[in-house]
Parts: sequence; C-alpha cells; structure tokens
Amino acid sequence: MTLLTVENLTAAYGATQVLFGVSLQVEQGGVTALLGRNGVGKSTTIKSICRMLPYKAGVIRFNDVDLSSLPSYRAAREGIGLVPEGRRCFQNLSVEQNLNVAARPGDWTFARVVDLFPRLRERRSQSASTLSGGEQQMLALGRALMTNPKLLVLDEATEGLAPIVRQEIWTAIHSLKAQRRVSILLVDKSLTELASVADAAVVMARGESVWSGPMAALTNDLKDRYLGV
Amino acid sequence: MIKEGSFAILIWLALLAFAGLALALGETYWITLATRVAIFSIAGIGLNFALGNGGMISFGHAVYFGLGGYVVGILASHAQSYLPVYDGLFLIEGTQSMLITWPLALVIGGLVAWLIGALCLRTQGAYFIMITLAFGQMFYYFAISWPAYGGEDGIPIYVRGTFPLLNTLVPISFFLISFVLLSIVLLIVWCLNRSGFGLALNAVRQSEARVENVGISAKRVRLLAFVISGMITALAGALFADLNRYVSPAMFSWTLSGEIMVFVILGGVARLIGPVVGALVFVALEEVLGGLSEFWHIYLGLLLLLIVMFASGGITGAIVREKADGCV
Repeated sequence: MTLLTVENLTAAYGATQVLFGVSLQVEQGGVTALLGRNGVGKSTTIKSICRMLPYKAGVIRFNDVDLSSLPSYRAAREGIGLVPEGRRCFQNLSVEQNLNVAARPGDWTFARVVDLFPRLRERRSQSASTLSGGEQQMLALGRALMTNPKLLVLDEATEGLAPIVRQEIWTAIHSLKAQRRVSILLVDKSLTELASVADAAVVMARGESVWSGPMAALTNDLKDRYLGV
Repeated sequence: MIKEGSFAILIWLALLAFAGLALALGETYWITLATRVAIFSIAGIGLNFALGNGGMISFGHAVYFGLGGYVVGILASHAQSYLPVYDGLFLIEGTQSMLITWPLALVIGGLVAWLIGALCLRTQGAYFIMITLAFGQMFYYFAISWPAYGGEDGIPIYVRGTFPLLNTLVPISFFLISFVLLSIVLLIVWCLNRSGFGLALNAVRQSEARVENVGISAKRVRLLAFVISGMITALAGALFADLNRYVSPAMFSWTLSGEIMVFVILGGVARLIGPVVGALVFVALEEVLGGLSEFWHIYLGLLLLLIVMFASGGITGAIVREKADGCV
C-alpha cells in the first residue's frame, strides 16, 4: 500500500519557481531515497511535503489525507516526522524536554528512544546546546520518533558528521527499517549507504523528478548523468 | 550564587516577614507597602509569562490590570448605589464580594486577552509591541470618556470588597489575602512551566517552524499563554482596586504597562520569582528615593540602564546559579 503520493508538485519561493513537477511515492514500511545534485530541489520537495511552503499545484496525499491545504503542524499530526536539515533541536530545552515536548502516544517512548541512542540517556538532563553535532542529530531523530510518525523524513541526516557517528545514525536507520513500523523518506549524499537501506529511489534534476524505480535498478549511466558520481 | 529555588523561597519569606514585622511594630503603612508589592508581583508574573516564557513583548498589559480594576470598581459602584448593573430579561446586581469579583475579573481579563491576542499575534517583533500599546491606549481613552463610570475622575469605592470570615479593611487581613493569591499564582505558573504546555511555549519562543514540524500549533500555544498572562494581570488589577478603594483610567495608562515591564526586567525575565523581586525593589525605591526627591525616577532609570547593560538576567540572574527558566 502506498503511504505517501506526490504528483506533479510545483513550488516557489516568492516569485521564483523552484519545483516544476515532482512525483514520488513511499510505500507502507518502505524506504525511499530522494537523490540529486545540490540545488535540484530535494529540500524544497521535503519542505512542501511538510507544508512549510505555500501550496502551488500538484497532489500531496498522505495516508488518504490531502495535505495540500493543511498547516504544517496538522501535517505533522497526520504522522509525518521531519528530521530537518542542520539538526535544529530546541537549544533552550534539555535532551529529555526536547524529546517530550511533542511526544504523542504510541510505540515510541522515551525509554525506547534512549535504547536506540544510549548516548541520549547519558545526557538526558543536559541542555541540547551542549551536545555534539552527532548527538544533536540523534536528538532530532529521537524527537521525530517520539511523535510516533507513520513516515519519517530525513533531510541530510548524516551531513557534516564524523564517520563513526554517521555509522551510528545509519545503524539506527537500518534497525528502524527492520522493524517495518515506520516508512522512511531519505535525502542523503552517500550512495553506498543509501544502496544498502533504500528499496526505491527517485532522482531529481532541475526541479523535476526524472527517474524513479527500485534502488537496485539505478544504473551507473543514471548515476553519471544525474548524480555526478 | 545560590539556587534559584532557595532564592525564591527566601524572597517569599522576606515579604511575609516584612509584613509580620510591620504588624508587630504597629506600622500599618508598611503593611500596605507589602500588599502593594504582592499585587504588583502578581501583575508582573502575568506579564512575565507572556514576555519571558512566551517571548511576546506586550506593551499593553495595563489593559488587563485596568479591566480587573474596573470590574471591581463598576460592581462596587452599583452595590453602593443599589442600582442594578442590568435589569431586563434578567437581573445583574452590583456586588462587593471578592469571591464574585475575582472570578469575573479573571473571565473578562481572559476574554479580552483572547480577542486582543488573536489579533496581535498575527504580528511579531516591533509591530507586536506597537499594536499591544495601541490597544492599551484605546482602553485608556475609552475609560476617560465613559461618564457613566466616572470618566477621568474614576470610581471611588467606599468600603473594600468583602471576603468570608475576614475583615478586609484591617490591613494585615488584606495583605494575607493578596499574599495567599500571590503564592497560588506562583505555584500555578511553576506547574505550568513544567508541564508539556510550558515546554511547548519555551520551544515556540525559540523557533516557530520547528515546533510546527513536530505537530504543535505555535499560534495556539502563544494565544493560550497570552490569555493566561492577561488573566493573572487582571487578578492583580482587581486586588489593586480594592487596596486603593479607587479605580481610575490611570490603571489603563501606558506608563503602568511600562512599570509592569520594569518589574519583570529589574527582577529577571523568565524567572519565576523575578517579578516579585522587581516589584519589591521598585516599591522600596519609590519609598526611599521618593521621600528624598520628586524626581526619583531618574535613579530608577539609571538602575534599569545598569541592569540592562551589565546584568541582562536582572537581579535574580545576578544572584542565582541557574540560567533562566527554559534555558537549561
């Protein structure tokens, strides 16, 4: 079953149109990777799905709900958990408060999140502003999980992190996938890591989705042409 | 450097002890001063909830202070003249019972805060400050030009409102009423700050987009905080009317909005006990310096300047070890 369907989505920052027709799907329990070079509109696509940009045209259906006219907090309540680019924790709250601030009942509880990221348990009463970049990323991911989302959206979750910390985040993503309770939409630059976790891929170029299919079917030719690798 | 909790309890005890000392020495005027501190503290706590915890710099909180006062004043004036407030389909009579006037002040303060908040919260920053000020001025001029309730002259209240089993005209009784209410308000705000709502409010102050992304409506959280803030300040206004046995349009004036803000900034923004410290220092300065010179505000201004420049955490921030509430 399809959880998220985006069809011919267009979006603009003020007068400047950035997205010219993006289509993608995320299956229930599946992992979809959103690929493309810098500046093709991956983050804009995610912002549109999370309703952070004014709606222009296209279809955004999530779990049989039309998101296009909802404010962003309602989209989140429908079950979209965003882990935004550049971490963005609440710096003036503690780790525990960050996790609890938007918690909603469900499988994911404080205890389960700190099982996934034991470092957060050690630092539970510390201010988020005193965490390292990797720990903040774990916190942002944990905060999204605490809202018990149906879809987890990760925008460059491992960007700018030390290799060992990246590995920890990837391990967490793998274990989330293994549990099959939450679907995942991923934006990331490291193809090797994506290849091991994503089922499906959507490739974007110049504000449009130009290819979609199983991750395994992404040929070297496509990679050369659209991803520059 | 001491713990914030210990400091708060110390200040709370100091206010009680001061009133007790005044009672022992028979200095009723001092008791009235302590009552003023308690009432101003409540008003400051109200504003601090919006300004400190919510990051909404309201320059029109005198509206709620004045509304609380006018609820008491209007009901008292009807009670004194035995003319009903309204008689038509049903009958509303004036009353001086505090158990009726307080809840009514809370309700009206809350309703007006809800209306003003819903409009003002569409703006932010300097615009928010100006629009709240504009509402303040509207209420001020409305009160001045409303002859039915005294207009510029205000409403005198001959006897203080009544409270079961207490003679409210005895200064220490009225102090105790105000002090107990102050304690209750402190307790409520302390609980609110630790609740999920308090966390969300702190988070909203930092980033609206981030809060919306996790499924919380930033606007709703802000509005609710603004309403609570207005209600607390209205309660202070109701008490102030009974303390002075007089209400006037000055309760709506922008200088009063400024004074409430001074309590908060002097004492410490986003500190539970901050407004109490601020009101304490303000009333003390008014008393000591006001006795020396008519122009004591110059010194208050200097003190405020020093605090803003060198101790942005206010007096509480300079004494206490922890960072301000919500800044772990």
